[in-house]
Amino acid sequence: MRTLYQFHGGIHPTGNKTQSTQCPIARMPLPSRLVIPFRQHAGESAKPLVRAGDRVLKGQLIGMPDGFVSSAVHASTSGTIAAIDMQPIAHPSGMPDLCATLIPDGREEWVPHAAVDYLGSDPAELRQYLRLSGVVGLGGAVFPCDLKLRPLRGHPNRSICTLILNGAECEPYITCDDMLMRERAAEIVQGAEMLRFMLEAGEVLIGIEDNKPEAIAAMRQAVTDSGLPFEVIVVPTIYPSGSAKQLIRILTGLEVPSGKLPTDIGVQCFNIATSYSVYRALAHGEPLLSRIVTVTGNVRQAQNLEVLLGTPVQELIALGEALPDTNRYIMGGPMMGMELASTDVPLVKAGNCIIAASDKLFPPAPPALPCIRCTRCAQACPADLQPMDLYWFAQSRDFGKAQAFSLFDCIECGSCSYVCPSHIPLVQYFQFAKSEIRAREQEKKAADHARERHEFREYRFEREKQEKAEKLAAKERAVREAVAASAATSPQPEIQAAIDRAKEQAATVEPKNTDNPTPQQQSEIAGIEAQREHIRELAKSSVEHTKD
Amino acid sequence: MALFSPFVSKPDTVSRIMFKVLLALVPGIALYVWYYGPAILVSLTLASLTALGTEALMLKLRNRPIAPFLKDNSALVTGWLLALSIPSLAPWWLIVVGTAFSIAIVKHLYGGLGNNPFSPAMAGFAVLIISFPVQMTQWISPHGLGAVELGFLEQLEYIFLGVLPPNVSLDAITMATPLDTLKTRLHLEEPIKQIFAMPIYGRLAGQGSEMVSLGFVLGGFYLLATRVITWHIPVVFLGTLFAVAGIFHLADPLHYAAPLFHWFSGAALLGAFFILTDPVTSPTTYKGKLIYAAGAGLLTYLIRVFGNFPDGVAFATLLMNLCVPLIVLYTQPRVFGKKGERP
Repeated sequence: MRTLYQFHGGIHPTGNKTQSTQCPIARMPLPSRLVIPFRQHAGESAKPLVRAGDRVLKGQLIGMPDGFVSSAVHASTSGTIAAIDMQPIAHPSGMPDLCATLIPDGREEWVPHAAVDYLGSDPAELRQYLRLSGVVGLGGAVFPCDLKLRPLRGHPNRSICTLILNGAECEPYITCDDMLMRERAAEIVQGAEMLRFMLEAGEVLIGIEDNKPEAIAAMRQAVTDSGLPFEVIVVPTIYPSGSAKQLIRILTGLEVPSGKLPTDIGVQCFNIATSYSVYRALAHGEPLLSRIVTVTGNVRQAQNLEVLLGTPVQELIALGEALPDTNRYIMGGPMMGMELASTDVPLVKAGNCIIAASDKLFPPAPPALPCIRCTRCAQACPADLQPMDLYWFAQSRDFGKAQAFSLFDCIECGSCSYVCPSHIPLVQYFQFAKSEIRAREQEKKAADHARERHEFREYRFEREKQEKAEKLAAKERAVREAVAASAATSPQPEIQAAIDRAKEQAATVEPKNTDNPTPQQQSEIAGIEAQREHIRELAKSSVEHTKD
Repeated sequence: MALFSPFVSKPDTVSRIMFKVLLALVPGIALYVWYYGPAILVSLTLASLTALGTEALMLKLRNRPIAPFLKDNSALVTGWLLALSIPSLAPWWLIVVGTAFSIAIVKHLYGGLGNNPFSPAMAGFAVLIISFPVQMTQWISPHGLGAVELGFLEQLEYIFLGVLPPNVSLDAITMATPLDTLKTRLHLEEPIKQIFAMPIYGRLAGQGSEMVSLGFVLGGFYLLATRVITWHIPVVFLGTLFAVAGIFHLADPLHYAAPLFHWFSGAALLGAFFILTDPVTSPTTYKGKLIYAAGAGLLTYLIRVFGNFPDGVAFATLLMNLCVPLIVLYTQPRVFGKKGERP
């Protein structure tokens, strides 16, 4: 029996999981239209490879990974691309994003695809293959899977000791992982073996919360059948045990250091659905085209559906038959999910659950009261934070203090908001503070950059000025030296001659006939003087005349 | 209206928490009525009305919504704690002035619910005992100990009109508290055994008052069981008080009362479970709570035994309230994934 560890805090919200586990995973019928966003993963958007009017096959690459953190996007079925344009997507900001609209032809015609002999392949090739297969973490973060499989740089002697498969699924209502484990355990286990091979990991631990006995039994059976030395570990049901850091703590007793990755302590963690996708990609050559989605809440028939990526959420809802008093829809779980501004958005790789909500199911919280520092939030915080203090700093915009009190170690699980008797939306305050700090840091970076550039420009000017001055001084010095040198030797005859000539010329242009004028000239001068006198008198009389 | 996750929450409210505190006071109040008569109910009613009235007035002056805050029950808790701390036979205006001061000055002028650095009830008590020391000594004698016992109507007449029945003096119906008596008589060099032989003393402490304290312990257990409070403050406060009193008692049993006497005298048990545990004015960290409670326990004993006031809980609470921000700053817990780092 393995010793399990605990993390601080955690909460026990009502599970509400049984509603959606009554019937097996159903395949969603082919929708009439698919809207496939080019960014369904963490990181850079994929670059479109198709144009409107192109015919595509199921599984055809339509979006190329673009950038280090990026992943591929595929046509979920065969059909015609109707448009490549901005479409509304499920995002808190409500901003549209670049999507391909695909009109299915109903034939589900596949591109040629085949299994990969992963045991005979180079891990780097396999990572590239997974990147082009669009395999991303399906636990919620949708981080490109291949990046998590890279060898540890800078740690030549360290390797992954423990590979953890996360089957905790601690959010209420969501059962997509539960059902996947019940029905496709063997594939998940094979996928785990592929991940283990690529990571060269030691032990493989599969953590599942004890509220999923069927999934636990199925996974245990699959591990036994496979003959692999994996261990299925039952963990207590407590939210948020499915958070990677918390699950690692429960299973290994290790804490991922603040600001570091699990690999820094020799652990890597994948969601079981990711493991399943890896299996489909390597064993069948199938890129990630669909996922399991729980449709639950205020619906007539809660169930899990296998849904093609890009399927409009409203078609999922129509299939679940929402009850009449449904007034909003939540994507994700009730703890960390978000309310959809519109149901006319596509289902993406991150979409694990759609909850039809009514005021009866999720009563709106009463208006927030002031914090009374009851510390229930601190008691519930799985990151050992002091949410009441962080709230104080966030609302007074004392972001420096908030950072000093480890704001960025908050995993935004919502446990603090859940227990708050004053119903303060604590997580939103923390998200706000984080985004403000990030924005400020970016501004600061930009300002620093601008200042650096300015300072360099000034420096350059100064340098150029100095260089010019030095050049000038050097020139002057050279001239002076040349002159001094020439003075030391005899003056050049040509120069001397020129000087003499100039002197002669100056002598010839001296004024003449001013001292001794001829008599004729004298009479001319007298005549001119008489005229001038006459004009002066005229001017005088006219002035007197006007005076009168 | 946009709604944010989490969409579910625990059905707990400030109002419900404060109501549980009021409920937890009921056993103590019931025993109070049993031993001292119904005069306490009059003070509780006066305190409640004043608390709610002052709260509403201050909210209006501060342009805050009145209804949600009146419903949070926090003003009632302040009023009740103050009423239980002062003599029930005191003139009506004493509790009114005290409660109004607590709510208007100590609570609202510092920002209202959740923002007051000092325990409103204890600050109100401090103002009363400094301003009206005479009225604050009119402790009613428990059943069977007073020379005369007043009926409820006669008590009402005294509280509101200050009129006693003919031929009855105030001394005949009131007495000094057991803590006060002990201190005065020890000053007069009376042996402790002889003091405790007086009829006002019961098994552990004062006749009657020890039973009321027991009622508060019951309520305290209820608060612990319903997780309104944690064990840290009551256990460490009472532990420290016990330890300090025990050391003095062992060193000099002729002059220092036994630790249990200190537990069951005055406001020690009310303070341990109801006053020091006020979330707003006590530290938020576990380690901080331990330091805070230990400091309060030590100060309570020192003020009781060596100070000028008969009881020390109120002043100990206020002095420790002062230290809370510093205590909290230096007792921050370790954050997940961080070793030995402090903000």
